[in-house]
Amino acid sequence: MKVIYLDHISGNPLHPQVKEAIIDYIHKDGFGNPVSQHSIGDAAMETLEDARAKVAQLINADPQEIVFTSCGTEANNHAIKGVAFAKAKKGKHIITSNIEHQSVARPLRMLSQMGYNVTSVSVDKYGMVNPADVAEAIREDTILISIMHANNEIGTIEPIAEIGRIAKAKKVPLHTDAVVSCGNIPIDVDEMGVDLMSIAANQFYGPAGIGALYIREKTRILPLIDGGIQESNRRAGTPNMLGVVGMGKAAELARVEMPQRTEHLLKLKKAVMDRLATIDKIVINGHPEKSMPGLVSFSVEYIEGEAMMMMLDEEGICISTRSACASGSLRTSHVLIATGLDHATAQGTLVFSYGIDISVEDIDKAFASLRKSVDFLRNMSPLYKKG
Amino acid sequence: MQYSDVVMDHFKKPRNVGKIENPDGTGEVGNPICGDMMTITLKVKDDRVDDIKFNTFGCGAAIAVSSMVTEMAKGKTLEEALAITKESVAKSLGGLPKNKLHCSNLGADALHKAIMDYYEHKEGKVRETKEGEKVEHIGEREGKCYCPYCDAGLPEPTPICTHCGKPTLQHSDFPIVKGAKEE
Repeated sequence: MKVIYLDHISGNPLHPQVKEAIIDYIHKDGFGNPVSQHSIGDAAMETLEDARAKVAQLINADPQEIVFTSCGTEANNHAIKGVAFAKAKKGKHIITSNIEHQSVARPLRMLSQMGYNVTSVSVDKYGMVNPADVAEAIREDTILISIMHANNEIGTIEPIAEIGRIAKAKKVPLHTDAVVSCGNIPIDVDEMGVDLMSIAANQFYGPAGIGALYIREKTRILPLIDGGIQESNRRAGTPNMLGVVGMGKAAELARVEMPQRTEHLLKLKKAVMDRLATIDKIVINGHPEKSMPGLVSFSVEYIEGEAMMMMLDEEGICISTRSACASGSLRTSHVLIATGLDHATAQGTLVFSYGIDISVEDIDKAFASLRKSVDFLRNMSPLYKKG
Repeated sequence: MQYSDVVMDHFKKPRNVGKIENPDGTGEVGNPICGDMMTITLKVKDDRVDDIKFNTFGCGAAIAVSSMVTEMAKGKTLEEALAITKESVAKSLGGLPKNKLHCSNLGADALHKAIMDYYEHKEGKVRETKEGEKVEHIGEREGKCYCPYCDAGLPEPTPICTHCGKPTLQHSDFPIVKGAKEE
Protein backbone atom coordinates (compact mmCIF):
# COMPACT_ATOMS: atom_id res chain seq x y z
CA MET A 1 0.00 0.00 0.00
CA LYS A 2 1.37 3.38 -1.00
CA VAL A 3 1.36 5.69 1.98
CA ILE A 4 0.13 9.21 1.30
CA TYR A 5 1.81 11.61 3.68
CA LEU A 6 -0.34 14.66 4.40
CA ASP A 7 1.42 15.69 7.60
CA HIS A 8 4.17 17.91 6.23
CA ILE A 9 3.70 20.30 9.13
CA SER A 10 5.22 17.60 11.36
CA GLY A 11 8.24 17.42 9.10
CA ASN A 12 8.89 17.31 5.37
CA PRO A 13 10.49 14.41 3.55
CA LEU A 14 14.08 15.14 2.49
CA HIS A 15 14.48 16.73 -0.94
CA PRO A 16 16.41 14.25 -3.15
CA GLN A 17 19.19 16.82 -3.64
CA VAL A 18 19.41 17.40 0.12
CA LYS A 19 19.74 13.66 0.64
CA GLU A 20 22.48 13.61 -1.97
CA ALA A 21 24.37 16.52 -0.39
CA ILE A 22 24.34 14.82 3.03
CA ILE A 23 25.47 11.47 1.60
CA ASP A 24 28.22 13.22 -0.36
CA TYR A 25 29.45 14.85 2.81
CA ILE A 26 29.54 11.47 4.56
CA HIS A 27 31.49 9.97 1.64
CA LYS A 28 33.91 12.88 1.78
CA ASP A 29 34.67 11.82 5.37
CA GLY A 30 33.27 15.07 6.65
CA PHE A 31 34.05 14.55 10.31
CA GLY A 32 36.14 17.67 10.79
CA ASN A 33 35.45 20.15 13.54
CA PRO A 34 35.23 23.69 12.15
CA VAL A 35 36.99 25.03 15.25
CA SER A 36 40.16 23.01 14.55
CA GLN A 37 43.00 25.08 13.10
CA HIS A 38 44.28 22.51 10.62
CA SER A 39 43.32 21.59 7.06
CA ILE A 40 40.56 19.15 8.09
CA GLY A 41 39.08 21.80 10.38
CA ASP A 42 39.41 24.47 7.70
CA ALA A 43 37.47 22.31 5.23
CA ALA A 44 34.68 21.87 7.76
CA MET A 45 34.66 25.61 8.45
CA GLU A 46 34.32 26.28 4.74
CA THR A 47 31.32 23.91 4.54
CA LEU A 48 29.76 25.51 7.59
CA GLU A 49 30.12 29.04 6.26
CA ASP A 50 28.84 28.05 2.83
CA ALA A 51 25.65 26.68 4.42
CA ARG A 52 25.33 29.76 6.62
CA ALA A 53 25.48 32.01 3.57
CA LYS A 54 22.74 30.00 1.85
CA VAL A 55 20.44 30.24 4.87
CA ALA A 56 21.15 33.97 5.12
CA GLN A 57 20.37 34.48 1.45
CA LEU A 58 16.97 32.78 1.88
CA ILE A 59 15.84 35.49 4.31
CA ASN A 60 17.94 38.44 3.06
CA ALA A 61 20.20 38.47 6.12
CA ASP A 62 23.92 38.85 6.63
CA PRO A 63 25.58 35.42 7.11
CA GLN A 64 27.01 36.57 10.44
CA GLU A 65 23.45 37.04 11.69
CA ILE A 66 22.67 33.31 11.36
CA VAL A 67 23.27 31.01 14.32
CA PHE A 68 22.74 27.29 13.75
CA THR A 69 20.70 25.53 16.42
CA SER A 70 19.51 21.97 16.96
CA CYS A 71 15.92 22.75 15.92
CA GLY A 72 13.22 25.40 15.82
CA THR A 73 12.40 24.82 19.47
CA GLU A 74 15.96 25.63 20.49
CA ALA A 75 15.87 28.78 18.36
CA ASN A 76 12.66 29.90 20.10
CA ASN A 77 14.07 29.15 23.54
CA HIS A 78 17.31 30.94 22.69
CA ALA A 79 15.59 34.06 21.39
CA ILE A 80 13.24 34.38 24.35
CA LYS A 81 15.45 33.40 27.26
CA GLY A 82 18.55 34.94 25.67
CA VAL A 83 16.97 38.39 25.35
CA ALA A 84 15.08 38.13 28.65
CA PHE A 85 18.27 37.35 30.57
CA ALA A 86 20.37 39.91 28.70
CA LYS A 87 17.91 42.72 29.30
CA ALA A 88 16.63 41.79 32.78
CA LYS A 89 18.08 45.00 34.22
CA LYS A 90 16.22 47.16 31.71
CA GLY A 91 12.86 45.54 32.27
CA LYS A 92 10.95 42.32 32.62
CA HIS A 93 7.93 42.75 30.39
CA ILE A 94 7.40 40.57 27.30
CA ILE A 95 4.54 40.64 24.79
CA THR A 96 3.32 37.56 22.96
CA SER A 97 0.12 36.15 21.44
CA ASN A 98 -2.17 33.41 22.69
CA ILE A 99 -1.65 31.15 19.68
CA GLU A 100 2.11 30.61 19.96
CA HIS A 101 3.76 27.21 19.65
CA GLN A 102 4.61 25.50 22.94
CA SER A 103 8.30 26.24 22.36
CA VAL A 104 7.46 29.94 22.79
CA ALA A 105 4.58 29.65 25.26
CA ARG A 106 6.36 27.40 27.72
CA PRO A 107 9.64 29.35 27.99
CA LEU A 108 7.48 32.43 28.57
CA ARG A 109 5.55 30.65 31.30
CA MET A 110 8.84 29.69 32.92
CA LEU A 111 9.98 33.32 32.76
CA SER A 112 6.71 34.50 34.27
CA GLN A 113 7.33 32.14 37.18
CA MET A 114 10.76 33.75 37.53
CA GLY A 115 9.33 37.22 37.95
CA TYR A 116 8.91 38.38 34.36
CA ASN A 117 5.57 39.83 33.25
CA VAL A 118 4.04 38.44 30.09
CA THR A 119 1.21 40.11 28.19
CA SER A 120 -0.56 37.83 25.74
CA VAL A 121 -2.59 39.55 23.02
CA SER A 122 -5.61 37.69 21.75
CA VAL A 123 -6.50 36.88 18.14
CA ASP A 124 -9.64 37.22 16.04
CA LYS A 125 -11.69 34.31 14.70
CA TYR A 126 -9.11 33.75 11.94
CA GLY A 127 -6.29 33.56 14.44
CA MET A 128 -5.01 37.00 13.41
CA VAL A 129 -3.20 39.30 15.83
CA ASN A 130 -4.20 42.97 15.68
CA PRO A 131 -1.00 45.09 15.56
CA ALA A 132 -2.82 47.86 17.44
CA ASP A 133 -3.22 45.49 20.39
CA VAL A 134 0.54 44.93 20.39
CA ALA A 135 1.18 48.69 20.28
CA GLU A 136 -1.17 49.17 23.21
CA ALA A 137 0.54 46.47 25.24
CA ILE A 138 4.00 48.06 24.99
CA ARG A 139 5.20 49.53 28.27
CA GLU A 140 8.27 51.36 29.56
CA ASP A 141 9.78 48.07 30.70
CA THR A 142 8.93 45.97 27.62
CA ILE A 143 12.08 44.16 26.51
CA LEU A 144 10.77 41.78 23.83
CA ILE A 145 7.84 41.10 21.52
CA SER A 146 7.47 37.52 20.30
CA ILE A 147 4.70 36.87 17.76
CA MET A 148 4.78 33.92 15.37
CA HIS A 149 4.90 34.48 11.62
CA ALA A 150 2.59 31.65 10.55
CA ASN A 151 0.60 29.42 12.84
CA ASN A 152 1.37 25.70 12.77
CA GLU A 153 -2.21 24.58 13.46
CA ILE A 154 -4.33 26.84 11.28
CA GLY A 155 -1.81 28.37 8.86
CA THR A 156 -2.76 32.00 9.46
CA ILE A 157 0.03 34.44 8.51
CA GLU A 158 0.40 37.25 11.04
CA PRO A 159 1.02 40.91 10.11
CA ILE A 160 4.65 40.83 11.27
CA ALA A 161 5.80 43.76 9.09
CA GLU A 162 3.23 46.04 10.74
CA ILE A 163 4.21 44.81 14.19
CA GLY A 164 7.83 45.31 13.15
CA ARG A 165 7.22 49.00 12.44
CA ILE A 166 5.56 49.42 15.84
CA ALA A 167 8.40 47.60 17.58
CA LYS A 168 11.04 49.66 15.81
CA ALA A 169 9.34 52.95 16.69
CA LYS A 170 9.25 51.90 20.35
CA LYS A 171 12.77 50.41 20.18
CA VAL A 172 11.60 46.99 21.41
CA PRO A 173 13.26 43.94 19.80
CA LEU A 174 10.87 41.73 17.84
CA HIS A 175 11.18 37.96 17.63
CA THR A 176 9.13 35.89 15.24
CA ASP A 177 8.77 32.13 15.18
CA ALA A 178 8.98 31.55 11.43
CA VAL A 179 9.41 27.78 11.65
CA VAL A 180 6.26 27.13 9.62
CA SER A 181 6.76 29.89 7.07
CA CYS A 182 10.51 30.11 6.44
CA GLY A 183 11.48 28.35 3.25
CA ASN A 184 7.84 28.12 2.17
CA ILE A 185 6.86 31.75 1.60
CA PRO A 186 9.12 34.72 0.81
CA ILE A 187 10.78 36.22 3.86
CA ASP A 188 12.89 39.35 4.09
CA VAL A 189 14.01 40.12 7.63
CA ASP A 190 14.42 43.81 6.80
CA GLU A 191 10.99 44.20 5.24
CA MET A 192 9.47 42.36 8.19
CA GLY A 193 11.47 44.43 10.65
CA VAL A 194 12.35 41.48 12.86
CA ASP A 195 15.38 41.33 15.14
CA LEU A 196 15.20 37.61 15.85
CA MET A 197 13.67 34.83 13.81
CA SER A 198 13.46 31.06 14.36
CA ILE A 199 13.89 28.63 11.47
CA ALA A 200 13.72 24.82 11.17
CA ALA A 201 15.16 22.91 8.20
CA ASN A 202 12.64 20.06 8.27
CA GLN A 203 9.89 22.50 7.28
CA PHE A 204 11.51 23.03 3.88
CA TYR A 205 12.69 19.55 2.90
CA GLY A 206 15.86 19.66 4.99
CA PRO A 207 16.69 17.24 7.80
CA ALA A 208 15.21 17.28 11.31
CA GLY A 209 17.61 18.12 14.12
CA ILE A 210 18.90 21.35 12.62
CA GLY A 211 17.52 24.85 12.78
CA ALA A 212 18.73 28.41 12.96
CA LEU A 213 18.15 31.61 14.84
CA TYR A 214 18.49 34.85 12.93
CA ILE A 215 19.93 37.51 15.25
CA ARG A 216 20.07 41.04 13.86
CA GLU A 217 23.41 42.71 14.39
CA LYS A 218 23.70 44.54 17.73
CA THR A 219 20.76 42.71 19.30
CA ARG A 220 21.49 42.13 22.96
CA ILE A 221 21.19 38.42 23.67
CA LEU A 222 22.90 35.81 25.85
CA PRO A 223 23.62 32.27 24.67
CA LEU A 224 21.18 29.56 25.65
CA ILE A 225 23.86 26.88 25.48
CA ASP A 226 27.13 27.97 27.05
CA GLY A 227 30.56 26.59 26.39
CA GLY A 228 33.01 27.08 23.57
CA ILE A 229 33.39 29.88 21.06
CA GLN A 230 31.36 28.27 18.26
CA GLU A 231 28.84 30.36 16.30
CA SER A 232 30.70 33.53 17.38
CA ASN A 233 30.09 32.83 21.07
CA ARG A 234 26.35 32.67 20.54
CA ARG A 235 25.78 28.91 20.52
CA ALA A 236 28.39 26.60 22.00
CA GLY A 237 28.90 23.02 20.94
CA THR A 238 30.36 21.23 17.95
CA PRO A 239 27.99 21.90 15.07
CA ASN A 240 25.82 19.14 13.59
CA MET A 241 27.67 19.21 10.27
CA LEU A 242 25.43 16.72 8.45
CA GLY A 243 22.45 18.80 9.46
CA VAL A 244 24.21 22.01 8.46
CA VAL A 245 25.02 20.62 5.02
CA GLY A 246 21.40 19.49 4.58
CA MET A 247 19.97 22.78 5.78
CA GLY A 248 22.22 24.81 3.50
CA LYS A 249 21.20 22.78 0.47
CA ALA A 250 17.53 22.90 1.46
CA ALA A 251 17.70 26.69 1.87
CA GLU A 252 19.30 27.11 -1.54
CA LEU A 253 16.64 24.91 -3.18
CA ALA A 254 13.81 26.64 -1.33
CA ARG A 255 14.94 30.03 -2.62
CA VAL A 256 15.27 28.86 -6.21
CA GLU A 257 12.21 26.62 -6.37
CA MET A 258 9.82 28.71 -4.27
CA PRO A 259 7.69 30.12 -7.13
CA GLN A 260 7.03 26.67 -8.68
CA ARG A 261 6.47 25.09 -5.26
CA THR A 262 3.96 27.77 -4.29
CA GLU A 263 2.08 27.34 -7.54
CA HIS A 264 1.84 23.59 -6.93
CA LEU A 265 0.78 24.02 -3.30
CA LEU A 266 -1.94 26.50 -4.22
CA LYS A 267 -3.28 24.03 -6.77
CA LEU A 268 -3.42 21.38 -4.05
CA LYS A 269 -5.02 23.82 -1.63
CA LYS A 270 -7.78 24.53 -4.12
CA ALA A 271 -8.27 20.78 -4.59
CA VAL A 272 -8.60 20.31 -0.82
CA MET A 273 -11.01 23.24 -0.42
CA ASP A 274 -13.17 22.13 -3.35
CA ARG A 275 -13.51 18.65 -1.91
CA LEU A 276 -14.20 19.91 1.60
CA ALA A 277 -17.08 21.96 0.19
CA THR A 278 -18.79 18.71 -0.78
CA ILE A 279 -18.91 17.41 2.82
CA ASP A 280 -21.72 18.51 5.09
CA LYS A 281 -21.03 20.46 8.31
CA ILE A 282 -17.35 21.32 7.99
CA VAL A 283 -15.75 24.36 9.60
CA ILE A 284 -12.61 25.74 7.92
CA ASN A 285 -10.11 27.14 10.43
CA GLY A 286 -7.65 29.96 9.81
CA HIS A 287 -7.67 33.01 7.58
CA PRO A 288 -9.33 32.55 4.16
CA GLU A 289 -6.52 34.40 2.30
CA LYS A 290 -3.60 35.26 4.59
CA SER A 291 -2.72 31.66 5.17
CA MET A 292 0.03 29.15 4.39
CA PRO A 293 -0.37 27.54 0.94
CA GLY A 294 0.59 24.07 2.19
CA LEU A 295 -1.89 23.60 5.01
CA VAL A 296 -5.65 23.37 5.54
CA SER A 297 -7.21 22.99 8.99
CA PHE A 298 -10.84 22.01 9.24
CA SER A 299 -13.25 20.66 11.83
CA VAL A 300 -15.73 17.91 11.07
CA GLU A 301 -18.77 18.38 13.27
CA TYR A 302 -20.28 15.60 15.41
CA ILE A 303 -17.21 13.36 15.37
CA GLU A 304 -13.79 13.21 16.97
CA GLY A 305 -10.43 13.67 15.27
CA GLU A 306 -8.33 10.85 16.67
CA ALA A 307 -10.84 8.28 15.45
CA MET A 308 -10.73 9.84 11.95
CA MET A 309 -6.94 9.92 12.01
CA MET A 310 -6.80 6.23 12.97
CA MET A 311 -9.22 5.23 10.23
CA LEU A 312 -7.27 7.18 7.62
CA ASP A 313 -4.01 5.67 8.88
CA GLU A 314 -5.47 2.20 8.32
CA GLU A 315 -5.89 3.20 4.68
CA GLY A 316 -2.38 4.57 4.39
CA ILE A 317 -3.26 8.25 4.73
CA CYS A 318 -1.13 10.11 7.29
CA ILE A 319 -2.73 13.25 8.66
CA SER A 320 -2.69 15.15 11.92
CA THR A 321 -5.53 15.92 14.32
CA ARG A 322 -5.91 18.68 16.88
CA SER A 323 -8.35 16.66 18.96
CA ALA A 324 -7.67 16.77 22.70
CA CYS A 325 -7.89 12.96 22.72
CA ALA A 326 -4.81 12.71 20.54
CA SER A 327 -2.79 15.41 22.26
CA GLY A 328 -1.22 13.28 24.97
CA SER A 329 -2.12 15.91 27.52
CA LEU A 330 -5.82 15.45 26.60
CA ARG A 331 -6.43 19.18 26.33
CA THR A 332 -8.17 21.01 23.54
CA SER A 333 -5.86 22.98 21.25
CA HIS A 334 -5.26 26.45 22.72
CA VAL A 335 -5.07 27.84 19.17
CA LEU A 336 -8.55 26.63 18.19
CA ILE A 337 -10.02 27.85 21.49
CA ALA A 338 -8.31 31.24 20.96
CA THR A 339 -10.11 31.58 17.63
CA GLY A 340 -13.41 31.04 19.43
CA LEU A 341 -14.10 27.51 18.20
CA ASP A 342 -16.18 25.57 20.73
CA HIS A 343 -14.64 22.53 22.43
CA ALA A 344 -16.92 19.96 20.79
CA THR A 345 -16.21 21.19 17.24
CA ALA A 346 -12.49 21.53 18.03
CA GLN A 347 -12.52 17.81 18.88
CA GLY A 348 -13.18 17.02 15.21
CA THR A 349 -10.26 19.05 13.84
CA LEU A 350 -7.92 17.65 11.22
CA VAL A 351 -4.92 19.28 9.56
CA PHE A 352 -4.03 18.34 6.00
CA SER A 353 -0.52 19.56 5.21
CA TYR A 354 1.01 18.60 1.90
CA GLY A 355 4.08 19.35 -0.16
CA ILE A 356 5.83 19.14 -3.49
CA ASP A 357 5.77 15.33 -3.34
CA ILE A 358 1.94 15.24 -3.26
CA SER A 359 -0.35 15.19 -6.30
CA VAL A 360 -4.03 16.03 -6.82
CA GLU A 361 -4.61 12.25 -7.22
CA ASP A 362 -3.20 11.77 -3.71
CA ILE A 363 -5.66 14.37 -2.43
CA ASP A 364 -8.48 12.51 -4.18
CA LYS A 365 -7.47 9.23 -2.53
CA ALA A 366 -7.27 10.93 0.85
CA PHE A 367 -10.74 12.37 0.42
CA ALA A 368 -12.21 9.01 -0.60
CA SER A 369 -10.94 7.64 2.72
CA LEU A 370 -11.98 10.75 4.63
CA ARG A 371 -15.56 10.54 3.34
CA LYS A 372 -15.72 6.90 4.34
CA SER A 373 -14.51 7.60 7.86
CA VAL A 374 -16.79 10.62 8.29
CA ASP A 375 -19.84 8.57 7.29
CA PHE A 376 -18.82 5.65 9.48
CA LEU A 377 -18.18 7.76 12.57
CA ARG A 378 -21.14 10.07 12.14
CA ASN A 379 -23.36 7.01 11.85
CA MET A 380 -22.02 6.00 15.26
CA SER A 381 -22.23 9.44 16.85
CA PRO A 382 -25.06 10.25 19.29
CA LEU A 383 -24.74 13.90 18.23
CA TYR A 384 -25.40 13.42 14.53
CA LYS A 385 -28.98 13.44 13.31
CA LYS A 386 -29.37 12.05 9.84
CA GLY A 387 -31.10 14.04 7.14
CA MET B 1 -0.09 3.39 17.45
CA GLN B 2 -0.57 3.19 21.18
CA TYR B 3 -3.50 0.75 21.15
CA SER B 4 -3.62 -3.03 21.59
CA ASP B 5 -4.73 -5.36 18.79
CA VAL B 6 -8.05 -5.99 20.56
CA VAL B 7 -8.72 -2.26 20.79
CA MET B 8 -7.90 -1.84 17.11
CA ASP B 9 -10.17 -4.74 16.20
CA HIS B 10 -13.14 -3.29 18.12
CA PHE B 11 -12.39 0.17 16.76
CA LYS B 12 -12.32 -1.03 13.15
CA LYS B 13 -15.26 -3.40 13.51
CA PRO B 14 -17.36 -2.06 16.33
CA ARG B 15 -20.06 -4.44 17.56
CA ASN B 16 -23.64 -3.40 18.40
CA VAL B 17 -23.58 0.10 16.92
CA GLY B 18 -26.92 1.88 16.90
CA LYS B 19 -29.93 2.77 18.96
CA ILE B 20 -32.73 0.44 20.07
CA GLU B 21 -36.21 1.83 19.46
CA ASN B 22 -38.35 1.90 22.62
CA PRO B 23 -35.54 0.64 24.84
CA ASP B 24 -36.13 -0.70 28.34
CA GLY B 25 -33.18 1.32 29.59
CA THR B 26 -31.02 4.19 28.37
CA GLY B 27 -27.69 5.33 29.80
CA GLU B 28 -25.93 8.46 28.65
CA VAL B 29 -22.58 9.58 30.02
CA GLY B 30 -19.94 12.17 29.18
CA ASN B 31 -20.37 15.21 27.01
CA PRO B 32 -18.72 16.35 23.80
CA ILE B 33 -16.94 19.17 25.61
CA CYS B 34 -14.90 16.82 27.78
CA GLY B 35 -14.15 14.75 24.72
CA ASP B 36 -16.28 11.63 24.87
CA MET B 37 -19.98 10.94 24.94
CA MET B 38 -21.68 7.59 24.97
CA THR B 39 -25.30 6.43 24.86
CA ILE B 40 -26.28 2.84 25.57
CA THR B 41 -29.79 1.50 24.93
CA LEU B 42 -30.85 -1.99 26.01
CA LYS B 43 -33.73 -4.45 26.02
CA VAL B 44 -34.28 -6.69 29.04
CA LYS B 45 -35.89 -10.13 28.90
CA ASP B 46 -36.12 -12.57 31.82
CA ASP B 47 -33.82 -10.38 33.86
CA ARG B 48 -31.15 -10.63 31.17
CA VAL B 49 -29.66 -8.12 28.72
CA ASP B 50 -31.48 -9.34 25.64
CA ASP B 51 -30.19 -6.71 23.23
CA ILE B 52 -27.83 -3.76 23.62
CA LYS B 53 -26.57 -1.03 21.29
CA PHE B 54 -24.36 2.03 21.58
CA ASN B 55 -23.70 5.40 19.99
CA THR B 56 -20.40 7.09 20.78
CA PHE B 57 -18.74 10.41 20.07
CA GLY B 58 -15.10 9.96 20.93
CA CYS B 59 -11.64 8.73 20.19
CA GLY B 60 -10.56 5.26 19.13
CA ALA B 61 -10.39 4.07 22.74
CA ALA B 62 -13.89 5.34 23.50
CA ILE B 63 -15.32 3.49 20.50
CA ALA B 64 -13.51 0.25 21.36
CA VAL B 65 -14.66 0.51 24.99
CA SER B 66 -18.28 0.99 23.88
CA SER B 67 -18.11 -1.97 21.55
CA MET B 68 -16.46 -4.21 24.15
CA VAL B 69 -18.86 -3.34 26.96
CA THR B 70 -21.90 -4.15 24.81
CA GLU B 71 -20.37 -7.46 23.84
CA MET B 72 -19.57 -8.29 27.45
CA ALA B 73 -23.07 -7.40 28.66
CA LYS B 74 -25.10 -9.07 25.96
CA GLY B 75 -26.91 -12.18 27.28
CA LYS B 76 -25.75 -11.60 30.86
CA THR B 77 -28.14 -11.29 33.81
CA LEU B 78 -28.55 -7.74 35.05
CA GLU B 79 -26.60 -8.62 38.20
CA GLU B 80 -23.74 -9.94 36.09
CA ALA B 81 -23.86 -6.90 33.86
CA LEU B 82 -23.66 -4.62 36.88
CA ALA B 83 -20.50 -6.45 37.92
CA ILE B 84 -18.76 -5.30 34.72
CA THR B 85 -16.29 -2.58 35.70
CA LYS B 86 -14.05 -0.13 33.91
CA GLU B 87 -11.15 -2.34 34.92
CA SER B 88 -12.69 -5.50 33.49
CA VAL B 89 -13.51 -3.69 30.22
CA ALA B 90 -9.95 -2.35 29.96
CA LYS B 91 -8.58 -5.82 30.76
CA SER B 92 -10.71 -7.47 28.08
CA LEU B 93 -9.38 -4.93 25.61
CA GLY B 94 -5.83 -5.96 26.38
CA GLY B 95 -5.26 -2.75 28.30
CA LEU B 96 -5.71 0.93 27.52
CA PRO B 97 -3.13 3.72 27.49
CA LYS B 98 -2.90 5.20 30.98
CA ASN B 99 -4.10 8.63 29.97
CA LYS B 100 -7.22 7.05 28.45
CA LEU B 101 -8.15 4.83 31.38
CA HIS B 102 -10.66 7.27 32.75
CA CYS B 103 -11.64 9.84 30.16
CA SER B 104 -12.46 7.31 27.44
CA ASN B 105 -13.48 4.43 29.64
CA LEU B 106 -17.12 5.40 30.04
CA GLY B 107 -18.62 2.12 28.86
CA ALA B 108 -19.29 0.53 32.26
CA ASP B 109 -20.82 3.78 33.52
CA ALA B 110 -23.15 3.99 30.54
CA LEU B 111 -24.14 0.35 30.98
CA HIS B 112 -24.82 0.74 34.71
CA LYS B 113 -26.84 3.86 34.04
CA ALA B 114 -28.92 2.07 31.42
CA ILE B 115 -29.64 -0.79 33.86
CA MET B 116 -30.53 1.68 36.63
CA ASP B 117 -32.81 3.41 34.16
CA TYR B 118 -34.48 0.08 33.48
CA TYR B 119 -35.03 -0.60 37.20
CA GLU B 120 -36.38 2.86 37.72
CA HIS B 121 -38.80 2.88 34.84
CA LYS B 122 -39.88 -0.73 34.43
CA GLU B 123 -40.04 -1.66 38.06
CA GLY B 124 -40.89 1.73 39.42
CA LYS B 125 -38.05 1.73 41.95
CA VAL B 126 -34.40 2.49 42.20
CA ARG B 127 -32.33 -0.59 42.77
CA GLU B 128 -30.54 -0.37 46.06
CA THR B 129 -26.82 -0.82 46.12
CA LYS B 130 -25.87 -3.97 48.01
CA GLU B 131 -23.60 -3.68 50.96
CA GLY B 132 -19.97 -3.69 49.95
CA GLU B 133 -20.84 -3.51 46.26
CA LYS B 134 -18.73 -1.09 44.31
CA VAL B 135 -20.45 0.68 41.44
CA GLU B 136 -18.10 3.34 40.23
CA HIS B 137 -19.75 6.39 38.78
CA ILE B 138 -17.84 8.95 36.87
CA GLY B 139 -19.51 11.62 39.02
CA GLU B 140 -17.51 10.49 42.01
CA ARG B 141 -14.49 12.08 40.42
CA GLU B 142 -16.27 15.38 40.11
CA GLY B 143 -14.37 18.34 41.48
CA LYS B 144 -11.18 16.34 41.89
CA CYS B 145 -8.17 16.58 39.64
CA TYR B 146 -6.29 13.63 38.31
CA CYS B 147 -3.02 13.37 36.44
CA PRO B 148 -3.84 12.28 32.87
CA TYR B 149 -0.65 10.19 32.76
CA CYS B 150 -0.40 8.29 36.03
CA ASP B 151 -3.91 8.98 37.33
CA ALA B 152 -2.67 10.13 40.72
CA GLY B 153 -5.11 12.42 42.51
CA LEU B 154 -3.87 16.00 42.63
CA PRO B 155 -4.89 18.38 45.41
CA GLU B 156 -5.01 21.29 42.95
CA PRO B 157 -4.33 21.90 39.22
CA THR B 158 -0.54 21.96 39.59
CA PRO B 159 1.46 22.36 36.37
CA ILE B 160 3.58 19.29 37.17
CA CYS B 161 2.15 16.06 38.54
CA THR B 162 3.49 15.67 42.07
CA HIS B 163 3.45 11.90 41.61
CA CYS B 164 5.04 11.16 38.23
CA GLY B 165 6.60 14.54 37.44
CA LYS B 166 4.99 14.91 34.03
CA PRO B 167 3.54 18.27 32.98
CA THR B 168 -0.19 18.30 33.54
CA LEU B 169 -1.05 21.72 32.15
CA GLN B 170 -0.49 23.20 28.75
CA HIS B 171 -1.86 26.59 29.60
CA SER B 172 -2.54 27.52 33.14
CA ASP B 173 -5.84 29.14 32.19
CA PHE B 174 -7.26 25.82 31.06
CA PRO B 175 -8.67 23.44 33.65
CA ILE B 176 -6.92 20.17 34.19
CA VAL B 177 -8.58 17.11 32.70
CA LYS B 178 -11.15 15.73 35.06
CA GLY B 179 -12.72 12.34 35.01
CA ALA B 180 -15.85 14.15 36.07
CA LYS B 181 -18.70 15.35 33.94
CA GLU B 182 -21.80 17.41 34.43
CA GLU B 183 -24.83 15.37 35.38
